[in-house]
Amino acid sequence: MTAEKKPAAPGNGAINKRKLEERRRFLRTMILGAAVLGISTLGYIPVASAWRMRMRPPGALEEADFLSSCIKCGQCVQVCPVQAIKLDDLDQGFGVGVPYIDSRQQACDFSCDAVQCILACPTGALVYKKPAFMASRSEMKVANPPILLAKEKDPEPTLNLKERTGLARLARPDACLAVQGKGFKGAARGGDFKGTMRFIEVDRWKPIPLKDHPFDLALCDLCVRTCPIKGAISLEAVVDINGIKRMTPTVHEPCLGCGVCEMVCPVESAAIVVDPRKGWGA
Amino acid sequence: MMANKYFESVRVMLGGEPRKPEPAEYTEEAKAIHFYKKTETLDFIALKKEARAHQKKAKWLKRRWTALLAINLLFVVSFWLDIQILEGALTASRMLGFHLIDLNSALQVMLAHKHIIVNLLIGTGTVFVLWLLLGGRTFCSWVCPYHFLAENAERLHVWLVEKKKITDHAFHRGVRAVFWVLFALMAILTGYTVFETISPTGIVSRALIYGPGLALGWVGLLLLFEVFYSRRAWCRYVCPIGLTYGFVGVFSPLHVTYRLADCHHEGECRRVCEVPHVLDCVIKGRAPDAQLDIGADCTRCGMCIDVCPSGALAFEIKGLRKIM
Repeated sequence: MTAEKKPAAPGNGAINKRKLEERRRFLRTMILGAAVLGISTLGYIPVASAWRMRMRPPGALEEADFLSSCIKCGQCVQVCPVQAIKLDDLDQGFGVGVPYIDSRQQACDFSCDAVQCILACPTGALVYKKPAFMASRSEMKVANPPILLAKEKDPEPTLNLKERTGLARLARPDACLAVQGKGFKGAARGGDFKGTMRFIEVDRWKPIPLKDHPFDLALCDLCVRTCPIKGAISLEAVVDINGIKRMTPTVHEPCLGCGVCEMVCPVESAAIVVDPRKGWGA
Repeated sequence: MMANKYFESVRVMLGGEPRKPEPAEYTEEAKAIHFYKKTETLDFIALKKEARAHQKKAKWLKRRWTALLAINLLFVVSFWLDIQILEGALTASRMLGFHLIDLNSALQVMLAHKHIIVNLLIGTGTVFVLWLLLGGRTFCSWVCPYHFLAENAERLHVWLVEKKKITDHAFHRGVRAVFWVLFALMAILTGYTVFETISPTGIVSRALIYGPGLALGWVGLLLLFEVFYSRRAWCRYVCPIGLTYGFVGVFSPLHVTYRLADCHHEGECRRVCEVPHVLDCVIKGRAPDAQLDIGADCTRCGMCIDVCPSGALAFEIKGLRKIM
């Protein structure tokens, strides 16, 4: 326990016990250091391999900047009215505790009207407008301020967002009910689906379970009619290779990648999906 | 002399061995007390039993656990019941709208991201002032949920050592300062908040609020390591959060104070202390002054106060002594 350094034992072969214990402790400490550093850097593997590309909340910085700036507090999770935002686990490495959205389970339908998650973020990982020096890609920028259909008649109908977080894509046109010319009747995702959504004709301020809002459509256009953004998606008559005209969901430039179309798509797995971090025309 | 005291406190916190003061450093008053102690013939055992009988058992432990559990519970119910009093997690939160940001998490983000927004600065400043007043590492023992798990694991560890089932393995305390620098460097160089990935403080706090996950497995491994191999290893040798708050606590007015005249030098306090090097002055003949402030690495947990049979240790707010 004392601090004084005793001189080394005279060279008669006697083992200085104190010295030995000190040497052991030094070795142990080196091993501890190496082990903690090794374990902490393991977190880089899932990030480097991008083994699960995540959909981030609206206003997220580019992935590398987002991971460096997120303080992993979950305040964005707490303000989301539809609980779309979840926090990642340790299998995401450095992404542990970082928010993501699983659109198929619960998409962001902008039912907060004001992108509250951005307002809640204390570190600027989610922003209304990126600082000029922050990394950004031109294909992520939206051409015009996005108009939220739910408040189209308000004096200020736009969402304060300058960039999209992803882009919708008709991944399986063969499975799409509209392409097949089929209609749809019932709850979009069945009676067990837990996802919620705001329907302006039901209650502007209260999202309701998707299963409580059944549809009866001669031609399925769920992705088009539930899309919260004006002009982001429409059904277009497309002539296929056999010369047959088919109604096809077509994504347009205003798409923000919110994922509502992916959530409501009634076929399993979804015919339309959102590609995280993908820009327009890229 | 004053500057020297702070320097010494930081040196020991960074891993330096506490040293016996030079003869010139002892005050006349301290010298006199040490001298009388040599001639004292009181029955310490009888005195101790007497004191124990009148002592409130684990007074500070009860207060501290109540505070720790209440703070963490407030985070949980704020989200679950949507009462919005304390929103977020320990890394960053809002109390009734005011930003509060953990100093070490903020540091990691600032170093990794290299861009600081106003809210981050406000939250960090608020928390800095808060812990400057409340004693820096007070955060560890009064707030950190991992500390709560670790101190209970520690009881198990100490019991196993007493039963001779296991032996304790100490590391060099200086490694915590090395870790602090390495985690800072990694944040700067990689651009990722590497420490946050393995921080049990953040992991446990988020698990309480947002639900458990795989990350708790890592916390479990740490606890097993502490139970069976090395006492309080994470807090003592690794955690940079503790060191960050330790620096804040260097100049804090709230600390544990030691009165030489009341001390019987039994060393009970050092046995229960997470950071016994700060209590080096209680060893017979070591205290250079009649009353001393315990150093910056002290977590202000109050365990030493609870076990001290003679009331030689107490919480004190600096300046208050002079005013009153």
